[in-house]
Amino acid sequence: MINHIDLSSVLRRTVCDLYTDLVTRPTGAAVRDGIEKQLAELGDRTLTVIDFSYVGLLDYSCADEIVAKLLMRYASSLPDDLPTRDAYFLFRGISESHLDAIETVLDRHGLAIVAQSSEGSTMLVGTVGDRERRAWEAMCRLGRAVPADLARETGIEVDQVREVLDALCRRRLVMRFEEGYVAVGGTA
Amino acid sequence: MTTVLNVPPSLDDKTFETVLEQLAAVPQDAKVLLDARHTRWASPYGLTALLTLAQTRAERPALYVPESDDTSSYWSRTGFFKFAEDAFELHGTVPRPRASTESEVLLEITAVAKSDDVHDVVGRIQQKSQAILVKELNIDAKATMGFAMTLSEACQNIVEHAGRGGWVAVQTYRWQKRLGRRVVVIAVCDAGVGFRQSLETAQGRPRGDRWDDGMALEEAVIRGVSRFRDPGRGQGLAGVRRYIGRWDGKLSVRSGTARIAIVPSWDDDVPLEEKLPYFPGAQMQITIPERIADR
Repeated sequence: MINHIDLSSVLRRTVCDLYTDLVTRPTGAAVRDGIEKQLAELGDRTLTVIDFSYVGLLDYSCADEIVAKLLMRYASSLPDDLPTRDAYFLFRGISESHLDAIETVLDRHGLAIVAQSSEGSTMLVGTVGDRERRAWEAMCRLGRAVPADLARETGIEVDQVREVLDALCRRRLVMRFEEGYVAVGGTA
Repeated sequence: MTTVLNVPPSLDDKTFETVLEQLAAVPQDAKVLLDARHTRWASPYGLTALLTLAQTRAERPALYVPESDDTSSYWSRTGFFKFAEDAFELHGTVPRPRASTESEVLLEITAVAKSDDVHDVVGRIQQKSQAILVKELNIDAKATMGFAMTLSEACQNIVEHAGRGGWVAVQTYRWQKRLGRRVVVIAVCDAGVGFRQSLETAQGRPRGDRWDDGMALEEAVIRGVSRFRDPGRGQGLAGVRRYIGRWDGKLSVRSGTARIAIVPSWDDDVPLEEKLPYFPGAQMQITIPERIADR
């Protein structure tokens, strides 16, 4: 099931119903807390669309509190450090000015997200290695895929593809199913 | 006994130092009178720094307001007297408060103490800044959001670190002498703990042989060090630096006895000035010039 969280609604509900800008750390922390409360009510494996469409300004402090800290809670870059929950995120409605703040905080923490444009196309934003990016983009083209498919599509050795897929899963950029892997934001 | 401090005819970040030099010899609990009768012009930094100076005194200081009607009227339109009435014993003729309808006052002097104040400032600046930045300063429309972000992060320095409230103001004016162009200037001043003391509260912070206001400013402004252990901290000032770099702007931050500046090619300021008269808190100025090349 895909959940949808409109950040402007969370902002109005948790901080002030007159605000449209995501600025200041306390605001960001309150909004993230609101998101986490919503996630806690959902099942173990979730895909949540975080929607910025009606957000005015996003500053660095708020981007750090909302995007980076949310990801740090549910994603991991270390092989032995498994995330506590199977939560995935797709970020939608990101404007150019939002992107500036988001890219900055993602780079600072070595994180990455999947962003979806208004036309529906998806892209990786943040710190992503060349093989990770190639594998993820190949998966978007193929839909549901197994390591052998991706090895053929990308020209990367199968063993290395498996490592890359493990990393992408831990980083919550790819979802693992029994029959294969699907890129977050891609079609199965 | 009251000590009279002369406010220079043109009050900005540089000339405010002459006020602090006079103040340096005055005991903290002594009464001071700031004589601004002959002051004809003041930048947003000058006005917010004056309010900040009042905050630092044990006894409420006195202020002679400018004699020039034009000047005092302009100070009134910036919102200065709204706060000066509390901060100072005012002498002279204070113009009646009047809402600013002029385009040069992008943001009247506004008190900043908590997160809600930053929301208020950011909301208000966005209404006015688009037209001014694009039409008058020839700055790309995309820069407007970045300008509001910069303002937000600068104000948050007060909320997160100062330990007491401060003030922010944004104005545009023609900077004839130094640049011959219009500029938009953000001033954010507080009399809080300052950068050195703020960084000293960080646990486990290694202390080198040299540790002073200048080094604290270098760490915070240039290297993005924060008192918080959270690696996500320190991005605000880094973001401000990026913004001024992108738009050929200038950033200067004074704290304690030092002042650091990111200096663009059009300015001849020094990157670091030390051994200045001590003044508590942090006083920041961001200057974005009108763009000529794209015209």
